[in-house]
Amino acid sequence: MQDLAANIAKRRRWDFAFGVLGALLVCLALGVLVLLITDLARDGSSRFGWDFLTSFPSRHAEKAGIKSALVGTCLVMVVTATLAIPLGIATGVYLEEYARKNRLTTIIEINIANLAGVPSIIWGLMALGVLIYQWERFLGDPNDGVAGLGRSVLTAGCTLGLLVLPIVIVATREAIRSIPQSIREASYACGATKLQTVCSHILPYSMSGVLTGSIIALSRAIGETAPLVTIGALTYIAFLPPVPFSDDAANVVKMVSANRVAAGGDAVGIAGSAWIQATAWLNSGYTVLPIQMFNWVSKPDSKFQQNAAATGVVLLAITLAMNGMAIMLRYRLRKKIRW
Amino acid sequence: MTTRSSPPTPPASTSESDSFDAVPIPPPAHAKESSEVMKAESIGLNFFYGAFQALKSINMPIYERKITALIGPSGCGKSTFLRCFNRMHDLYPNTQYDGKIVLHPEGLNIVSPEVDPIAVRMRISMVFQKPNPFPKSIFENVAFGLRLRGISDRRTIEEQVERSLRGAAIWDEVKDRLNDSAYGLSGGQQQRLCIARSLASSPEIILFDEPTSALDPIATTRIEELMLELKKDVTILVVTHNMQQAARVSDYTAFMYIGELIEYAPTQKIFMNPGKKLTADYIGGRFG
Repeated sequence: MQDLAANIAKRRRWDFAFGVLGALLVCLALGVLVLLITDLARDGSSRFGWDFLTSFPSRHAEKAGIKSALVGTCLVMVVTATLAIPLGIATGVYLEEYARKNRLTTIIEINIANLAGVPSIIWGLMALGVLIYQWERFLGDPNDGVAGLGRSVLTAGCTLGLLVLPIVIVATREAIRSIPQSIREASYACGATKLQTVCSHILPYSMSGVLTGSIIALSRAIGETAPLVTIGALTYIAFLPPVPFSDDAANVVKMVSANRVAAGGDAVGIAGSAWIQATAWLNSGYTVLPIQMFNWVSKPDSKFQQNAAATGVVLLAITLAMNGMAIMLRYRLRKKIRW
Repeated sequence: MTTRSSPPTPPASTSESDSFDAVPIPPPAHAKESSEVMKAESIGLNFFYGAFQALKSINMPIYERKITALIGPSGCGKSTFLRCFNRMHDLYPNTQYDGKIVLHPEGLNIVSPEVDPIAVRMRISMVFQKPNPFPKSIFENVAFGLRLRGISDRRTIEEQVERSLRGAAIWDEVKDRLNDSAYGLSGGQQQRLCIARSLASSPEIILFDEPTSALDPIATTRIEELMLELKKDVTILVVTHNMQQAARVSDYTAFMYIGELIEYAPTQKIFMNPGKKLTADYIGGRFG
C-alpha cells in the first residue's frame, strides 16, 4: 500500500515538473515576442501617423512614408491570392478525391511537401530565370505592355503565389482528409457524381481548413523579401501603379503605341487599348513593405531606422490581423459543421 | 421521375416490450399474402478485394416488396454482398466483380462494367450502419438526392421532402425545425432522417447495412417498424448482426459464412427448421 502511494507521488512529481517546464517555455516564447514588438513600437512611435501611411518615400526621413509600399504589398497580395488559392484548392481536391493512389501520386505528394520547404531565395532565382528571362526570350519585350512580366507586380505576385502554393495544397488536403469517409459514401449512394460530391460536400465542409491555410499562406507571402529582391522589386518608388482606365493608364497605352510604331508596327487598337488600360497596374513597377523596410534599415541615418521600425509595426499589424481573421473564420465555420 | 403512389403512413410509435424476446418468433403474418415476384437475382456472383475472394459464387433471389435479411458471423461477406447492389465497391481501388446481379423486370446486370454505377445508385439507395447525415439542415439532407437529379422547382422539392420525411416516420418530430442542423437530432432520429434521404429518390430497392447496430433498443424498434411499413412499396435487403432482428422483420433469410451462401430460405424455415447443420449451429449460438 505504501509502495503504491510512493509510486503515485513520484509520478505526480514528474507530471507537475513537466507542467512547470512547459509553462516556463511558453512564457519565454511570448516574452521574446512582446519584447520584439514593444521595441519596434518604441523605436517607431515618433513616426506613426496618417502622414506616414499616405506619403511616398523621400530623401528626408521625417517626410518619408510607406504609401507606395503599402499599395504595392496589397496589389501583390491580390495577385498571389488569385493565383495560389484556386490553384492550390484544385490541386488538393484532385489529389485527394480524383487521383488514383499509385506510385506517381506518392511521388507528387512527397515533392509538394518538399516544395513547401524550399528556401525562398531559390524561388526568386527560379522566377528570375523562368518568369523574366525565358518569358522575355520567347514572348517578347515586357515594355510593349502586353506579354511582359519583367519587374512587375504580376511577376512578384506569381513568384509569391508559387512560393505559397504548396502551403495551400497541404492545408486543403488536410482539411479534406478530415471529412469522414461515411459522408462521401452517403453522397455517392444518393447517386451523386464526383463533381457533385466535391461541390456539395467536400468543398463546403473543408472550407474552414482551406481558408485558414490560405490566410496563413498569404501572411507568409506578405513578409517575404528575398525572392522579390532577386526579381527586382524597386527600393525607391514615388508613384502608384496606374488605376485601370485612368489618365495614367491611358498614358501607358500612348507609350506602348509609340514604341510599336517606332519599331515599325501598328498602333494599339481599341481592344488592345482596353486590355492595356485594365492590366497596366500588373505591369507596373512596385515595392513592398519588407523591401521598403530593408532599404531604410540599411541607411546610416537613425531617423530612417525609426521609419523602418514603424514600417515593421505596420507589417506586423497586417500579419497579426490576417492570422486573427483566420482564427475567427475557422471558429465561425467550425461552429456550423460538426461530425 | 416517378413518384411513389401511396406514401406509407408513420407506424404507431408504441411498441410492445415483448418484441425483444429470444428467437424464434414467427415471421409477420403478411409474409405469405401476395404472390412472389423476383426483383433482383444474384447469379454466380464472385467478388474480389485484390487477390482475396470475398464472395464465392452467390446465387440468390431477392423478392419484390419483401424484406430479405443477410445474417452470418463477422467477415462472412454479407456487407460486401450488400454493397455490390449499389456498386459501392467502385469507390475503392482493386475491387472486381464477376458474375451477375440481374435487376428485374428489364434484366439489367447491375455489376456489369458497362452499367454506370450512378444509374444503379439512382434506383437502389442505401442506409448505412452508423447514421451519416450531411452536416446541413434537415431539409437539405433529404433534398440532396433530388437536387443532384437536377430538380430545382421549390414546390416539387418541398413536396418530395415532406413525403419522404413522413415515409420515414420522422415528419412530426422535425416539421418545425427543417432548417436546423441534422446533427441536433438523436441517433435514432438521424437514422430515420437517413432513411428519408434514401426514400426521396423513390428507389426500387433499399439496402440497409446493419441499420440499428449503433442505436438503442427503442430506436431499433422504431426502425424495424418502419422497415415493415416501407416494404409495402419497396424491396428491402438488410444486413444484420442481430438474429432476433432478422427473425422479427424479414420474410427471407440468407445465412452466409466465409464468403459463401450456406442457406437461403423463408425466414420461418431458417429459424424453425434450418436445412444445414452450420446454419443450425449459428442460429443456436454455438459459434459466431
